[in-house]
Amino acid sequence: MGQDFVMLSLPPLVIGICAAVACALPGNFLLLRRQALIGDAISHVVLPGIVVGFLVTGVVATWPMMLGAAAAALLAVVLIETIRRLGRIEPGAAMGVVFTAMFAGGVLLLEQSAASGVHLDVQHALYGNLESLIWLDGWGWGALMDAEALRGLPPELPRIGGVMLGVIALTAVMWRALVISTFDEGFARTLGLPTGAIGLGLVAVAAVAAVAAFDAVGSIIVIAMFICPPAAARLMTNRMGWQVAWSVVFACLSAVLGYVLAGYGPLWLGYQNALSAAGMIATVSGAILGLAALFGPCRHRGGAPVENGAI
Amino acid sequence: MGLELVGSETIADASESPLSISGLTVSYGEKPAVFSVDVSFQPGQMTAIVGPNGAGKSTLLKAALGIIRPLSGRVTSYGRPLDEMRARIAYVPQRASVDWDFPARVLDVVMMGLYRELGLLGRMRGQHRARAMACLARVGMEGFANRQIGQLSGGQQQRVFLARALAQGADLYLLDEPFAGVDAATEKAIINVLKDLNAQGRTVIAVHHDLATVPEYFDRLFLINTTAIAEGPMAEVFTPANLQVAYGGRLALAQLGSAAAG
Repeated sequence: MGQDFVMLSLPPLVIGICAAVACALPGNFLLLRRQALIGDAISHVVLPGIVVGFLVTGVVATWPMMLGAAAAALLAVVLIETIRRLGRIEPGAAMGVVFTAMFAGGVLLLEQSAASGVHLDVQHALYGNLESLIWLDGWGWGALMDAEALRGLPPELPRIGGVMLGVIALTAVMWRALVISTFDEGFARTLGLPTGAIGLGLVAVAAVAAVAAFDAVGSIIVIAMFICPPAAARLMTNRMGWQVAWSVVFACLSAVLGYVLAGYGPLWLGYQNALSAAGMIATVSGAILGLAALFGPCRHRGGAPVENGAI
Repeated sequence: MGLELVGSETIADASESPLSISGLTVSYGEKPAVFSVDVSFQPGQMTAIVGPNGAGKSTLLKAALGIIRPLSGRVTSYGRPLDEMRARIAYVPQRASVDWDFPARVLDVVMMGLYRELGLLGRMRGQHRARAMACLARVGMEGFANRQIGQLSGGQQQRVFLARALAQGADLYLLDEPFAGVDAATEKAIINVLKDLNAQGRTVIAVHHDLATVPEYFDRLFLINTTAIAEGPMAEVFTPANLQVAYGGRLALAQLGSAAAG
């Protein structure tokens, strides 16, 4: 069990957990700011970014495409903010306008690149390829201490791991400012907080997390992890700190349970095939949200009591 | 209602205006919401900002505080640019401007008033907690510290906002419609707190919509309807003629009568 597990299952599990946590943390704030769709938007706009990254460099390699994706995500974020402010429309509408237009542009660009005879895999972008992120040098648990073997880890792992640690650190340092400006932006301004920069920074962090996660696990997990764990967590508690803690628990649970169910679920039921891990992780996160919506202790909101009953 | 001082003991210099606005114009679209307003609020006074719906009362406050960007205008506080004086200014937004489903307890919201003191990473200590509780006690909400804010009535939510402002220990208090949609007990509690603040020499400026209580609650009046109409002591400004100008004939005779009597 040890060797198989370390070689085949440990890297995808860790990558899945890192991606889920990196997306779920900013997802908490985006959800409360009614910007949860931003994850959806970003995972669509990376398509033109990837195509442009390819067209500019002419090679199918990770870094140019990731940089292209990140640039496209940041451009989309700036466009969304600009349209929202200048047009004075709600964020959801601004996101819808930007991400459909950019995604459509990406499809047209992709056609052009396909015409030149090179194949870019859109399916891969959507479902990711978590199962393929194996560690051939992982000869057993001892390999975790073996520098030589560690060098053979899939490169996605240090990337998404680093991004996750960065997201955790930023969330911790900016915590108070994030909470205040999310709850009451006007009041935050009067405290002297740069609410515009904080909002933009949050979305930029979300964009980086989305691109890194997308590279490792595909966009389905990205979209699910931005929304499902925070939304389920909100139904478990009425305190911001606990909500974020619950969302991390749910994100990890989805990643682990989803991966295991996808790999072994069909076997247990007597089938031979395995299922897409990314699809199953997203499905599990949805199921967790469903359970929280049915049984979560804090699903009854407000219900503000009678006005005259004060004190 | 205790008179104990919570927070900063520094009372503003008697001479400088805590909030002075000149040439302020704000526009949401093509029509200006506030046009070329000049006004200097008097220190140590309670001033009501009054005008019809859509007259730009809230907009004036928000633009003065930099919450929304004005087209033009200069704002100073105690003779300095407003940005340098933020530690001395507390703002109570309209209750409806936030989502009360936010996952926070009453005490969490009041603690937000301590942000300037604590900064991003300052340690929250027992004394901070005690001060936040004292502020809650001043608005009669100490029994609700651990409630989720969505479970409060409108009046209780308004008092929590006021407690948060008290925690800031400011010299200038700006309130946007603090009495809108609150119960009678809350209205009384809030005005008592504001009068206490005023008795300590602090300046209170509030957007207010109920003409019947304006002369009773406030010392001075600023009338606005997109442009500034008048600012001065209540007796001089709260006149049928001025109100007629501000409300453009939309005022019931009874209200004008009360102004004449007041």
